[in-house]
Amino acid sequence: MRGFWGVARAIIGREFLRFIHQRERFLAALVRPMVWLLIFAAGFRAALGLSIIPPYQTYITYETYIVPGLCAMVLLFNGMQSSLSLVYDREMGSMRLLLTSSFPRWWLLFCRLLGSTAISILQVYTFLALAALFGIVLPLPGYVAVLPGLVLGGLMLGALGLVLSSFIKQLENFAGVMNFVIFPMFFLSSALYPLWKMAESSPLLRDICALNPFTHVVELIRFLLYLQINWSALLWVLIWTVILSTIAVWGYDPARGLMKRKS
Amino acid sequence: MPNAQSLQEAGPGLSVRDLSFHYGAKTALGAVSFDVAPGTFCALLGPNGAGKSTLVSLLTRLLVAPQGEISVAGANLRRFPRKALGQLGVVFQQPTLDLSLTVRQNMTYFAALHGLPRNEVSGRIDAALDRLNMRERAEEKVRALNGGHRRRMELARALLHDPSVLLLDEPTVGLDAAARQSITRHVHDLAVQGLCVLWATHLTDEVHDDDQLLVLHQGRVLASGQTGDLRGQHALSDWFLSQTGVSA
Repeated sequence: MRGFWGVARAIIGREFLRFIHQRERFLAALVRPMVWLLIFAAGFRAALGLSIIPPYQTYITYETYIVPGLCAMVLLFNGMQSSLSLVYDREMGSMRLLLTSSFPRWWLLFCRLLGSTAISILQVYTFLALAALFGIVLPLPGYVAVLPGLVLGGLMLGALGLVLSSFIKQLENFAGVMNFVIFPMFFLSSALYPLWKMAESSPLLRDICALNPFTHVVELIRFLLYLQINWSALLWVLIWTVILSTIAVWGYDPARGLMKRKS
Repeated sequence: MPNAQSLQEAGPGLSVRDLSFHYGAKTALGAVSFDVAPGTFCALLGPNGAGKSTLVSLLTRLLVAPQGEISVAGANLRRFPRKALGQLGVVFQQPTLDLSLTVRQNMTYFAALHGLPRNEVSGRIDAALDRLNMRERAEEKVRALNGGHRRRMELARALLHDPSVLLLDEPTVGLDAAARQSITRHVHDLAVQGLCVLWATHLTDEVHDDDQLLVLHQGRVLASGQTGDLRGQHALSDWFLSQTGVSA
């Protein structure tokens, strides 16, 4: 087992080193949700009236409402960033080094997933700290309680990134695919507006939002931040994590997967 | 009682039996079989598109063939991939270094990927770099190294876990004459010391007369034997071109 942990430590450590070397990436990961929080939310505060819905027990500002969605957005973008770096690694050759390790491929992919999730969580907590500086403070125990939800959400969105990286053949195709993933996932979710609000304009859109796995990540985080568990969201996130991880392992299987088409 | 072929398959070098691979309808490799014994430098010579890279991908388990068997140091790659890959050192044609990390960090990462004990890693890295006169470069970022040094570093890294079989896919591409000669000579020396080496190339001047030669063309083994015997009185490049019908 010692070798397995050694591999995990090396892969996660490499992800961190790579992240530290890309300061712009860290900055972008923080600027993006802060723009939404400080500019978008300020503009829409008046337009979007919110009623009291669980887990909230009182009226909240729009900025407070979108914080969990922005946490999930950080996880989503980082999952996609990780996917991009996997495609880059494949084009640059360093993926070969990883995949010719003598350890099982599922373990190598899982370690990679853990590494990207750990970086996501670091970014989320930095964002939450910045939000607190701007006066958006959540219940203190919520900052700890949300951690398992961030881990699970990060793993699910990281696994989605792994699946995409096994489909995307070239780096140039990445931007196009991302547009079809990030934007629909983010906007067709409860990140920016509650589902009942969406139902007012279109019940169909509301149903699509309810099916979107990203919505469940947002709701899982939202409830945990207020020390509650949304069991349905937890179950859906678990199911999607298992499904996406299985597809990712299949996609990277040298005998059956999608690697065969492009090697 | 085991037959001659099964004994050969369990041998300590590299053994490939009846290996075929297709990309859709296109045959990349057709029933390829060969053996490379320990202490042998085997040159896998083939023009571009001969199937060398596909063969390397199969030998390193980046791809798995539906038909055929590969044994590395006696371990069947399909049935015992961990054991087989643990005995294989690889230098890919495409660089596989992380340019933003130092030489030592790159090698430490590789050591972990192969499960080497932490307390041995530092000593092994120093020894591997010493063998290639790269010790003084250990703390430099790979980005700062020239092409020749990067290749030497990759070779040192491929030997870090003491593999029985060393696989190199066109390792001298893009290097100047001095670096090419240095690496070619060093790997020949490794074979003399007992390593089983498979060196894929399309450059005939990297092959010596006493090397084992395997000519791959259009996915099939066209010729196999000792280089000097195969080429006879001809220059190897002329003989190779006459065999493959490919003009330079």
